[in-house]
Amino acid sequence: MLYAILCYHDEDTVGSWTREQDAAVIQKLSVVQDKLARQGRLGPVARLLPTTAATTLRKDNPPVVIDGPFAETKEQLLGFYIVDCNNLDEALAVAGDLGAANPGGAYEIRPVGLLNPGSLRT
Amino acid sequence: MTDAAWIDAALTSARPQAVGALLRYFRNLDTAEEAFQNACLRALKSWPQNGPPRDPAAWLIMVGRNAAIDEVRRNRKQEPLPEDELISDLGDAEDALAERLDGSHYRDDILRLLFICCHPGLPATQQIALALRIVSGLTVKQIARAFLVSEAAMEQRITRAKARVADASVPFETPGAVERTERLAAVAAMIYLIFNEGYSASGDTADIRAPLCEEAIRLARLLLRLFQGEPEIMGLTALLLLQHARAAARFDAGGAVILLDDQDRSRWNQKMIAEGLALIDKAMRHRRSGPYQVQAAIAALHARAERPEDTDWTQIELLYGALEIMQPSPVVTLNRAVAVSKVRGAGAALDMIEPLAPRLSNYFHFFGVRGAFLMQLGRNDEAREAFDRAIALANTSAEAAHIRMHLDRLMRDSRPCGSGISKK
Repeated sequence: MLYAILCYHDEDTVGSWTREQDAAVIQKLSVVQDKLARQGRLGPVARLLPTTAATTLRKDNPPVVIDGPFAETKEQLLGFYIVDCNNLDEALAVAGDLGAANPGGAYEIRPVGLLNPGSLRT
Repeated sequence: MTDAAWIDAALTSARPQAVGALLRYFRNLDTAEEAFQNACLRALKSWPQNGPPRDPAAWLIMVGRNAAIDEVRRNRKQEPLPEDELISDLGDAEDALAERLDGSHYRDDILRLLFICCHPGLPATQQIALALRIVSGLTVKQIARAFLVSEAAMEQRITRAKARVADASVPFETPGAVERTERLAAVAAMIYLIFNEGYSASGDTADIRAPLCEEAIRLARLLLRLFQGEPEIMGLTALLLLQHARAAARFDAGGAVILLDDQDRSRWNQKMIAEGLALIDKAMRHRRSGPYQVQAAIAALHARAERPEDTDWTQIELLYGALEIMQPSPVVTLNRAVAVSKVRGAGAALDMIEPLAPRLSNYFHFFGVRGAFLMQLGRNDEAREAFDRAIALANTSAEAAHIRMHLDRLMRDSRPCGSGISKK
């Protein structure tokens, strides 16, 4: 069984870490990640850019683009995609196509700052 | 992370919201700051034992307000303070308060706090010092260090600025849309000033002043989180990130300026560049251009170029042209001329800047740029003259040293050479 582990934290707090504090956390995490990777058990790991860089597409008819992260609490996170796009417009177009195939709810589009593809063989 | 480091980070990030709300309660900056200080002291005692509260800002506002009210009561009746245990369990009260603190209120609290620092009667340096003290919570010592002045002088500057601000009446009612937009523009300009104060440092002080750039970025991000749909705030944040991304490459080991063309691009901070590019990309979708967005777009074109020769100077020239229309200024024209020199040659660029001479006769960069154009055209005597003027007008030793390097080059060979001056 594959498990997704979703990371939550207070962005203000994480954002006010110094470079050294940030690097120290990343260093400690990489020890854990490296072990999993060597065992072939690590899937993609992504560090997202701050929510200030986020855009939300509400899959209404017609779809509505809103600046900022997904903020509703009545919907739950059900999955995610990682797609390679040249810019936000392209990413929104992809989200729009997905939304047309599966209406209702919303997509939050957030640039990925760092991606480790991991070592899973699928 | 240790308890102390975690608490420190939480207090720092909660500060603008907490002080902003306390200011709304007490309508007095000193009382609000004191209340916040008190709340922090109690947090340092309570949080390691009871664990961190769910909403640190709400906790601090609540405790700060109670502490200040206690103080007023104590002064009035000389009654003893309630025991700390009585306020240590805030569970229910905290929830209730957190609910009342939803978006709308604290957004204007923080904006008001920032706006108070932008009082038009305050000189720029006092606005910056005040914002760093009140909003960011830097100590007087830290601010004095960044400004390269003594602690006593900075203390005095901040005290004077506070007195000035206290006299001015900033309304505490929720601002209307027009007023909010005006406040936002003033605050954005002040954040840019803070950044420039750090960015314009010379090589020998760049490390000391870098925290000013970092603080400006933190404030810009804060503002953007509060006003998520404002393309100019996206532009401002992108601009600061894209410029600061080059920090490690801007000076050599001896502290001399390294021009954009000569910088080691592998030392640019790719994480900041990625965030800056994402933000400008997001801003452009609004089709509501503004000076910060245009400047960020120019910085983005530099950031996107893997090598200097990959730079899209044609696009940069167009963007400077747009900026000239939005904010006509001889300095913007001078910058456009640098782009023109790359696209159409130094001759065309020189023709463009000659009419600026009367207005820029005391501007270091004018003579530096003029000298570089003349040098490219092989007019070495005139170039030398321009560089001499530039040295006389240099603001920092690094600027002077940089021009001297050009002069040395002129001395060595009198042939035209293709070095350009561009934005740092």
